[in-house]
Amino acid sequence: MKMITAIIKPFKLDDVRDALHDIGIMGMTVEEVKGYGRQKGHTELYRGAEYLVEFQPKVKLQVAVSSDQVDRVVDAITGAANTGKIGDGKIFVSALEQSIRIRTGESGEDAL
Amino acid sequence: MKLLVPALALLALLLPVSATAQEINGADTAWILTSTALVLFMTIPGLSLFYAGLVRVRNVLSVLMQCFALTCLMSLVWFAVGYTIAFGSDGVEQGAFIGDFGNMFFANITMDSVNGSIPASLFAIFQMTFAIITPALIVGGFAERMKFSAMLLFSTIWLIFVYAPICHWVWGGGWLGNMGLQDFAGGTVVHITAGVAAVVAAMVMGPRRGFGSVAMPPHNLTLTVTGAGMLWVGWFGFNAGSAVAADNSAAMAMLVTHLSAACGSLAWMTMEWLRHGKPSVLGIVTGMVAGLGTITPASGSVGPAGAVVIGLSAGVVCYFATNFLKQKLKIDDSLDVFPVHGVGGILGTLLAGIFCSTQLGLFSGNGFSDGVSSIGGQLMVQGTGVISTLIYTAIASYIILKLVDLIVGLRVSDEEETQGLDLVLHDERGYDL
Repeated sequence: MKMITAIIKPFKLDDVRDALHDIGIMGMTVEEVKGYGRQKGHTELYRGAEYLVEFQPKVKLQVAVSSDQVDRVVDAITGAANTGKIGDGKIFVSALEQSIRIRTGESGEDAL
Repeated sequence: MKLLVPALALLALLLPVSATAQEINGADTAWILTSTALVLFMTIPGLSLFYAGLVRVRNVLSVLMQCFALTCLMSLVWFAVGYTIAFGSDGVEQGAFIGDFGNMFFANITMDSVNGSIPASLFAIFQMTFAIITPALIVGGFAERMKFSAMLLFSTIWLIFVYAPICHWVWGGGWLGNMGLQDFAGGTVVHITAGVAAVVAAMVMGPRRGFGSVAMPPHNLTLTVTGAGMLWVGWFGFNAGSAVAADNSAAMAMLVTHLSAACGSLAWMTMEWLRHGKPSVLGIVTGMVAGLGTITPASGSVGPAGAVVIGLSAGVVCYFATNFLKQKLKIDDSLDVFPVHGVGGILGTLLAGIFCSTQLGLFSGNGFSDGVSSIGGQLMVQGTGVISTLIYTAIASYIILKLVDLIVGLRVSDEEETQGLDLVLHDERGYDL
């Protein structure tokens, strides 16, 4: 099992959700986050007081999948979240030791 | 002339009483009743919301509380001594600097007393709303760091020793009014005094912790825009009500006030668009306040075209003043009271001296004061009003601040300031979202 974590542009969330839905991914967890990579921040100006805001708003989305689904999920996210511009985000894939469905007590891939 | 006065007085004695007694005019009374409500509406909730949105989230209640408490306390101070220092009592010869003390606790204000064409009680409360908003404006200068107790004490002493006397100088039969100063609704009395007191307070107290290095963006600009809209509407009562009549002067004051607000807004917005690349919401509403503050002294003196020039210049001049104070002088007048109200009040009081002239074609106004025959002459009077108000307010405010600092201390501690005044001073939070 793998945990796929994607940091994407907020306005791409709906496209990514649709793309994952199309390949049969039925659940995900989403958070609003802030951060920066190669994309620069922006300045805000309030009556002559200028502030450099380094952190950009992004959406972090996590999907737990079986190992054989990883490539398709990564392709789906990459395809849907890509704008070709700097700041499109990143995808991280990490090992997932265990998963348990709380209601039934099922575990492993059955719980995904 | 010397013979004429006693002759007229004699004639007055011969006329029936009803013809000489001041009579209440229903239309005037109705309009000033309305104006009074509008001016109170400027402070609560207009100015309160305008300011509340500009501070950080941990201090939102503190400025709302300051404005609200000032509304209550300044009303009582005005009732006790403020009004009589400013306007004295009817039928008493008024001194150059302060009024007589015969009207303490509104002693002469009864059901039957009349002031001009409106009830004396109405004049007293109309003026009371001005005495409320002026100290409330100062709140912006020391926002986010002043003790609540110190703020109450400062404002009380300030109303008695700064606002009320200057109000007397200009409107209560004092020396500036007698000299022919044209200040229709309070460029000197309200905006210069508030602006100067705010910047003096900011300098005496020092900047907020982290000023210049930590970002202090407004926490909720939607509140600020809401408050700004209320201020614009309320200002019709402020300026057009200052005619103290429902007449052509009131109507013209409303028209020029509106035009100046519109022009100030557009001018500030354009300055930011040109220099920063984007027109900002905070910019357009700040320009509105600048346009309104600047037309205030001139609103009884100028015509529509003059008001457009005044509004445009307000937006540009106050924009540069704000940047200069913050970026070059590094003074933390937190909500920019001086560069908007102080500078606007100065600019408007001076421009009133130009655009009151009847010789400017399309840009003509309503004429010079009695005894003044040129723009230069009127500008001398206006300049005297500006400079005397500015110097007296600065010195008196400084002394009062130092005095209050000795008695209760002006600032909260560094730790309390970091925690935020809402929790520290009021045991409350503005939002539980």
